[in-house]
Amino acid sequence: MSGLMQRATPDRQPAIRASALVRRFGDNDAVAGVDLEVQAGEIYGFLGPNGAGKSTMVRMLTTLLTPTSGTAQVAGHDVATDADRVRLRIGVALQEAALDGKQTGRELLDLQGRLYGLSRTERLRRVKELLELVSIGDAIDRRINTYSGGMKRRLDLAAALVHQPEVLFLDEPTTGLDPTSRAAVWAEVRYLNEHLGITIFLTTQYLEEADALADRVGIIALGKLVAEGTPTDLKRAIGSDVIVAKVTAGQAAGVVAVVERLAEVDRVEIAGDEVVMSVDRGAAAISPVAVALAEAGVTVEGLTLRTPTLDDVFLHITGGRLQEDAA
Amino acid sequence: MSTVTHGERVHPRAAGFFTDWRTVSLRALRLTWRDPEAFGPALAIPLFFFVVNIGALQKFVEGSGSFPPGFDYKAFQLPVAVIFAVTGVSRAGSLVIDIQDGYLDRLLLTPVRRGTLLLGLMTADFVLIVCLVLPVLTLGLILGIHVATGIVGIVMFVLFAGVWGLAFTGFPYAIALRTGNPTAVNNAFLLFFPFAFLTTAYLPEQAMTGWLATAVKFNPTTYLLSGMRSMLQTGWEWGEIGKGLLAIAGVGALSFSMAFAALRGRVNRS
Ligand SMILES: Nc1ncnc2c1ncn2[C@@H]1O[C@H](COP(=O)(O)OP(=O)(O)OP(=O)(O)O)[C@@H](O)[C@H]1O
Ligand SMILES: [Mg+2]
Repeated sequence: MSGLMQRATPDRQPAIRASALVRRFGDNDAVAGVDLEVQAGEIYGFLGPNGAGKSTMVRMLTTLLTPTSGTAQVAGHDVATDADRVRLRIGVALQEAALDGKQTGRELLDLQGRLYGLSRTERLRRVKELLELVSIGDAIDRRINTYSGGMKRRLDLAAALVHQPEVLFLDEPTTGLDPTSRAAVWAEVRYLNEHLGITIFLTTQYLEEADALADRVGIIALGKLVAEGTPTDLKRAIGSDVIVAKVTAGQAAGVVAVVERLAEVDRVEIAGDEVVMSVDRGAAAISPVAVALAEAGVTVEGLTLRTPTLDDVFLHITGGRLQEDAA
Repeated sequence: MSTVTHGERVHPRAAGFFTDWRTVSLRALRLTWRDPEAFGPALAIPLFFFVVNIGALQKFVEGSGSFPPGFDYKAFQLPVAVIFAVTGVSRAGSLVIDIQDGYLDRLLLTPVRRGTLLLGLMTADFVLIVCLVLPVLTLGLILGIHVATGIVGIVMFVLFAGVWGLAFTGFPYAIALRTGNPTAVNNAFLLFFPFAFLTTAYLPEQAMTGWLATAVKFNPTTYLLSGMRSMLQTGWEWGEIGKGLLAIAGVGALSFSMAFAALRGRVNRS
């Protein structure tokens, strides 16, 4: 998004800065030394598979979890030594909506406002504004345990915004949502960022989400930040196109042996029953690949040419796929 | 940061200890009110036993000859019914739900003074406990118990029970915060069992011998009960009342330090 270049001047203090951040559970390094900076006004996508350490990172940056070592500043304050100042400036929607079913939506938002020290007038005004933003309608006066999953998510977001935070953390905001609700969340995130200027740190397992929303993406695997950049730069780094050969079980190695000798193929990787070739100019490379495979007598079920995705970036760096079902 | 908003800026700040205490207490009271199944049985069961015990034992105990003439077994049993009604009453069950639903995290993300998260629940507990004492006491008065210390004594009696119930809440809260497990919290009342039975709940101290007598001597409930009974039966016996208060203070110091330590443990997850 264009906001990035205009807002992030180098002398400006970053909205989020983590240095050598570590969180250990027993002998499991859930976050194993992460350095990152998010500029004010950015949408930063934190992309990683299940168990990569995304939620642990969010919980440390939002003062819920003390880092084992390393430091982090959010909105200019240290999360460990100045937690209350951080709390006043951040909004958080955790992975699971964090609500109290026995209160009504309005009671919950009002209680949030009180705990953030807002006056009665401020609370009334914010509840009204938030109702417009997250469209809960009349349900706001019903007990929360009568809400649908999507309504709970929206109320949870509203609760995160009561005090007009500068930095918003969203931990997997669209996991488990249907495509329509997902699109609505994306639109909301863009609105908050573009119109209200909120810096957004968003975790996701979905590469399309990181691709569509984030100004910059950090890829986390096994607690380590393994790549970082704009989605475009990350994808460009692995070549301008990929050719994917779908093979039957056990055939992948044969295909690799053939195609890795070709000058047109920069790099070959195996992901399950697929052989992924990074190439510079796909159109020019696909026929040499097909011919070489035919000459070697190796049969493939299919050969596809496409542009790289963040999942290909993830495969290249970690040797695994982000999602089991992703192509 | 130059944040553009669609409304005016609001000014978030730490609301401060007393405001937070009030906020958390009001929520807890509102939810207590919405949750009558949480205290209905707490009231019905002791009332039931009060009536049954009197019906079954009054004649027997009063006629046994080991007590001064004029001994009123109803007045002897009333504190037991009150103590059974209030001991173990707490919002620890709803605290576990807050932990499981992640709502405690949502609260911890605010600058709320951490201690008020427990104090607010305990405040609601105290109010509920006092409300539970009143019907039991009323039933006792209807059954003809004469309170030796008069109106002031009745107020003291209610406060005594209230402070005792409050002092005991720390245990279920400690369990809730340490385990986050509803079953563990539901079983917290088992903690009270030895205290409830190895004491003078049914028979006066003079009637007990051997190891039971020793257990009774070290059981704080014994002193609590004799303090409360003295107010009903004999008048202002400051020695008895003082010992009762000390017993409450001892139990309260233990349970509160466990509960607040458990809260600290859950809050700074280091
Ligand atoms: N409280 C905890 N105690 C022990 N281990 C934990 C705890 N929280 C997380 N872990 C471990 O830390 C690692 C990272 O977990 P985390 O929840 O941060 O991953 P994630 O990237 O958010 O995954 P997901 O996409 O499934 O939400 C996992 O191995 C997890 O088992
Ligand atoms: Mg997670």
